Amino acid sequence: MEYTNQREAYGSTLVELGKVNRNIVILDADLGGSTRGKLFEENFPDRHVEMGIAEANMTSVAAGLAQTGKIPFVNTFAVFASGRAYDQIRQTIAIGKLNVKICGSSAGVSDFGDGSTHQSVEDVAIMRAIPNMTVLCPADANETVKAVRALAEYDGPCYIRLNRNDYPNVTSPDEPFQIGVPSILKEGSDVVLFATGYMLTLAMEAASKLEGRVSVKVVNISTIKPLDQVRIKELVKGAKGVVTAEEHSIVGGLGSAIAEALRLERMPVEFVGIQDCFGRSAHSYGDILKYQNLTTERVVEAIETIVSLQ
Amino acid sequence: MYNEKLVADLEDKARKLRRNVIVSMGVGFAGHIGGSFSSADMVAALYFHKLRHDPENKKMAERDRFLLSKGHVAILQYSALAEAGYFPVEDLVNTKRIDSYLQGHPDVLKTPGIEAGTGSLGQGLSIGLGMAMGLKMDGLDSKVYVLMGDGEQQEGQIWEAAMAATVYNTDNLVGIVDCNKLQATGPICERFDAGDIRHKWESFGWNTIEINGHDMKEILWALDETDKRNGKPTVIIMNTVKGKGLSFAENVVSYHNGMLSKENYDKAMAELS
Repeated sequence: MEYTNQREAYGSTLVELGKVNRNIVILDADLGGSTRGKLFEENFPDRHVEMGIAEANMTSVAAGLAQTGKIPFVNTFAVFASGRAYDQIRQTIAIGKLNVKICGSSAGVSDFGDGSTHQSVEDVAIMRAIPNMTVLCPADANETVKAVRALAEYDGPCYIRLNRNDYPNVTSPDEPFQIGVPSILKEGSDVVLFATGYMLTLAMEAASKLEGRVSVKVVNISTIKPLDQVRIKELVKGAKGVVTAEEHSIVGGLGSAIAEALRLERMPVEFVGIQDCFGRSAHSYGDILKYQNLTTERVVEAIETIVSLQ
Repeated sequence: MYNEKLVADLEDKARKLRRNVIVSMGVGFAGHIGGSFSSADMVAALYFHKLRHDPENKKMAERDRFLLSKGHVAILQYSALAEAGYFPVEDLVNTKRIDSYLQGHPDVLKTPGIEAGTGSLGQGLSIGLGMAMGLKMDGLDSKVYVLMGDGEQQEGQIWEAAMAATVYNTDNLVGIVDCNKLQATGPICERFDAGDIRHKWESFGWNTIEINGHDMKEILWALDETDKRNGKPTVIIMNTVKGKGLSFAENVVSYHNGMLSKENYDKAMAELS
């Protein structure tokens, strides 16, 4: 079935995988209803481990489970997964290349109501800075299903960032998915727009608004790390410049990763992202996106900035 | 109760481990002598008597696991692993060298026989709990032993793990607390006293045993007590002396992570021969 919510896609895909792979174990820290780890608990109570409100312990327990051959998926909100359990991830999981999957749920500003304490503006930067870590940020529910299946097959530490809210799919369920491989959603030649997560939806809207005026190539970067730098250089060849779009701080996220890849190219890069600030509570996802200037209009403006440089 | 030969053999092993620690430190390099020497008797009893393990079949699923949560005394664990045959004793002198597989703290990818990367204090018990849970899921009766420090009891994560271990009835998990009463900056009672540790563990639902950590018979008894599975994890609180067995290092704070002069190196080797 087709989902329109990444959390639902995540929880349901884990159940599907749990039926065929007895080694998959899910850990939650009293947020299973929200992370949808609850679905796994309902189906396989013996392989769902409730760890209580203790994320540091949960993350190290996952390391121990991995060392006995299990494939643990650790669920909590992205702020806690990347912040509260950072040291546990770094010291044991990443240094030892242990097969632990960390799910940063309700990532970015998607937990609009709970405000700055629950909105992760820096989780990608934190996780991306850790050696040996793979960082995934699927665009929508369709891609989440494929990413979770790929994670179960992948042997090593991985962080996956998921949105809390419902929104229509922008990627096709038939599109093949491979960790580390960017996909082109729309061809174009003037400006290359790299987007990740929900911002891919806004990127496609922006590209279509500029149709006939600016030829925009839209690339989905759902693996932020490892980033194939050779492939990124190929994708931008001949373009006037690059725009990146992410629901994350401009410090250390997708924009930084793309700029690092293009550091020896003579090519301008403009970032659409959160301007190094915390969020606040909002009544809707739309309100907080607008507050953080994460809008289609802002993506259009960024593309026009690149074009105007010529 | 325990045959005298076994006890004498293990005491001899403990002396060898202490000697290996000195050899692996060498002259002029800092090393965690104090905590290595306070834990040496327990580690000898584990590796040369209690643990089900096989250096020829390092990854056998049924092995018991030993985790060094107080990862700074890695040189003690290396000494035991070398003595047990995981790698040549001669390699100990290369500890911490740029090209060595013997790192300053346990590294699961680099060193044979290391079960988990530790060094950031307070995390070993949680990792051990995960292993204990995984072993139970697989129907294996292997046990997991986690050695912690008494200073380390200041880390909050230990108490998160203590709580979770009783929720999941991991009676295959054994915590060992080396109470040598000194932390890096001074006596624990003067620096940051966690109070009645045994009572704390008890209140979290653990079986508790308190012993003299330098009495081999008591160590063997305590380890055997942990085999009585009653649905609860067990913690062994062992009272020890930091730097035990080395006259000039006993109860001396600076030997938490100290360096040996040529003179003290020779003196140590003589005392431990």
